[in-house]
Amino acid sequence: MRVLAALSGGVDSAVAAARAAEAGHDVTAVHMALMRNRAQTRQGARGCCSIEDASDARRSADILGLDFYVWDLSVEFEDLVVRDFLDTYAAGSTPNPCVRCNQFIKFRVLAERARALGFDAIATGHYARLTLEPPDSASPNLASPDSARPGAPHEVVLRRAIDRAKDQSYVLAAAGPQALARCVFPLGEAPSKQAVRAEAAKRGLPVSAKPDSYDICFVADGDTQGFLRARLGARPGLILDHTGAAVGRHAGAYGFTVGQRRGLALGRPAADGRPRYVTAIDTAANVVRVGPASALSVDGFGVRAPLWLAPGPEQAIRSAGEWRCQVQVRAHGAALPAVVRQLADAVPPDPAQPGLGVGVGLGGRSEVALEVALEAPLRGVAPGQSAVFYDGDRVLGHALIAPEA
Amino acid sequence: MKADVYLDYAAGAPLRPAALDAYARADVPGNPHALHRPARRARRALDEAREVIAAALGADPAEVVFTSGGTEADALAVQGLHAARQAPMPRPHLLVGATEHHAVLDNARLAVRRWGGTALEIPVDKSGLADVDFVADHLRRHGAETSLVSLMAANNETGALQPVAAVAALAREHGVPVHSDWAQAVGKLALDFKASGLAAASVSAHKLGGPVGIGALVLGRRLVVEPLAGGGGQERGLRSGTADARGAAAFAAALREAMAQDPSLLDALLGPLDRLIAARPELAAVSPPPGEGLPGLRCFTVAGASGEALVYLLDQAGLACSTGSACTAGVAQASHVLLAMGLGSAASSAVRVSVGHASTPDDVNALVAALPEAAQRARAAKAAGGVGDALAAGDTEGGR
Repeated sequence: MRVLAALSGGVDSAVAAARAAEAGHDVTAVHMALMRNRAQTRQGARGCCSIEDASDARRSADILGLDFYVWDLSVEFEDLVVRDFLDTYAAGSTPNPCVRCNQFIKFRVLAERARALGFDAIATGHYARLTLEPPDSASPNLASPDSARPGAPHEVVLRRAIDRAKDQSYVLAAAGPQALARCVFPLGEAPSKQAVRAEAAKRGLPVSAKPDSYDICFVADGDTQGFLRARLGARPGLILDHTGAAVGRHAGAYGFTVGQRRGLALGRPAADGRPRYVTAIDTAANVVRVGPASALSVDGFGVRAPLWLAPGPEQAIRSAGEWRCQVQVRAHGAALPAVVRQLADAVPPDPAQPGLGVGVGLGGRSEVALEVALEAPLRGVAPGQSAVFYDGDRVLGHALIAPEA
Repeated sequence: MKADVYLDYAAGAPLRPAALDAYARADVPGNPHALHRPARRARRALDEAREVIAAALGADPAEVVFTSGGTEADALAVQGLHAARQAPMPRPHLLVGATEHHAVLDNARLAVRRWGGTALEIPVDKSGLADVDFVADHLRRHGAETSLVSLMAANNETGALQPVAAVAALAREHGVPVHSDWAQAVGKLALDFKASGLAAASVSAHKLGGPVGIGALVLGRRLVVEPLAGGGGQERGLRSGTADARGAAAFAAALREAMAQDPSLLDALLGPLDRLIAARPELAAVSPPPGEGLPGLRCFTVAGASGEALVYLLDQAGLACSTGSACTAGVAQASHVLLAMGLGSAASSAVRVSVGHASTPDDVNALVAALPEAAQRARAAKAAGGVGDALAAGDTEGGR
């Protein structure tokens, strides 16, 4: 295949490109420039957006003997990731820019550009496994008369990485089945990050010891609150506790996350002396509500803009009224047993717009398509974040957690 | 792998064998600024090169100040003249062409930041030509407060030839020095420093087949310029540091050879490309008509395509061309030159082709053969780039 390898300048994507080339693919490397005014050198733990990172990517391509290009996707990144980040926070939800970047930049804009330029697939350094399998072969609880018929086309199956600690399937689910069918994730079988670093060193890649990136790449100094204040403007207001008493002030109700404990700067301690957490954000009233940990527990939540990677879940919901699975609500969280049901008053999803739902602004109850009931209560379910549905290690769908009604 | 066809001479020409030979053979056994015989031999190589370059450009040897290249020459002229002309009275206005190379534009910004004043851009018309009336009007009102005017001879992206002589004549009436960036023009246009009325002109060796790392500022002998860096006071005290005698010898050899060649042959080489641009509706010339611009350079737009994708596709076909101006990290960005000319969004669909001393008809024919398909693909890729259209546009390519 002709494969376009996206090189961030980090170790994972470089080793992924090397493995793709070694597997016999005709590999060309590309680095995405996601911001107009990029720092010359890497700052802190942001690993893909400085000119130093572009240079690291180019040096990796040199060593691997790959043609290398830098593609400017900064306009798309601003439109589809940064603006959504601001809008989602402004509406009191918590965006997931990495999911958004995968969904719209890597696996939509980059992938479609690659396709139009004659590439069969794109390769990235994500830790997840992608295979072509007969329909629902590994998911007996999804077997249905339609999909199990002999001769049905194989479907792309996304599974967790072998290394569960590095698994990134959570941030990939939103890419959707068509995009995933044209992807290669050469690191899905890697036993560990240490092994990938060792492989990089063995291949002579200078990025083998480069630190991992954690922070949001476009928030230059890691100060998300400061970034939001600069872009959205300060809007001071009150922090109220569960009795309605004012316990503190904030500079803008945006920028808080349900479940957040740090950074609240509450004036006086709670009556019981126990820590308080953000329990709700009301941007219309410009109020942040806090409460005890017990107030954070939910038995379920609504989701919208569902996107399925296989027909099984939708068939189960339609025929049996519910689908049993495991749901994960954070990038590094556990998947918990859950039941997904259609909401009685839900508006049917628009099939022409799979996953195109913007994070917020539209987040009314009528938009909520499905209800996720949890077997055991869960703390810190933040509106705006991704809910990713699993059956064992197989990823079956993605949806956005809706604000509470 | 098939050898690449090089069509990006305006970015940098391959080293001429004569220049390499001169570099290797130059008799430079020591530091040219020392006092012994080896130093004098090196000094002789340096000054012989200076004489060759001065003669080729219509200047006196004392007017040739060697620098590390065109950018440093521009910086020395723009920053150095602006700084020096703040005494005895401040002259805050610094006039630069809107389509100058970044080496001039950015040094104008630095100059006013460091020494005070305002950098003003001379607007261009839709052919990219500087507005002489704007300059005349400005000098009439602010001549006494103007530190210098900088206007390039030939634009590096479009090949447009600027009205430098007219501007120099105007400025002379007001006693305002004019600097001109000659980086692209040397060896392609008839240049005569003394006859030009210019105070300063920048030249670069590697644009004409000399080595990267050497250039010169031709600077009228009476001009006072503030140096950018202090040191041993070499090169008229304006450019301290040991002079590169070997590089100067190679520069002189390249320039001598370039001057002996007929630049109109470069335009003849590009005939097939000119005919293609005229024939295809999706291609539109940005450069002046053949014969009216810089020989050997063509800029054109491809409607509905991104220059970035087109250059990628041509590169994959072994054809090395360029978009507007390449930036630090290799990102192609819409060119300030084309935007100043009013091209708007078409600016990001521009491609530059430039030929030079080792180009052959086969090179241009290979481009002409590959361009229509590459243009078509780049248009498809552009259509696929938009999110709304992404899936639909991708589907039309489904057969691949």
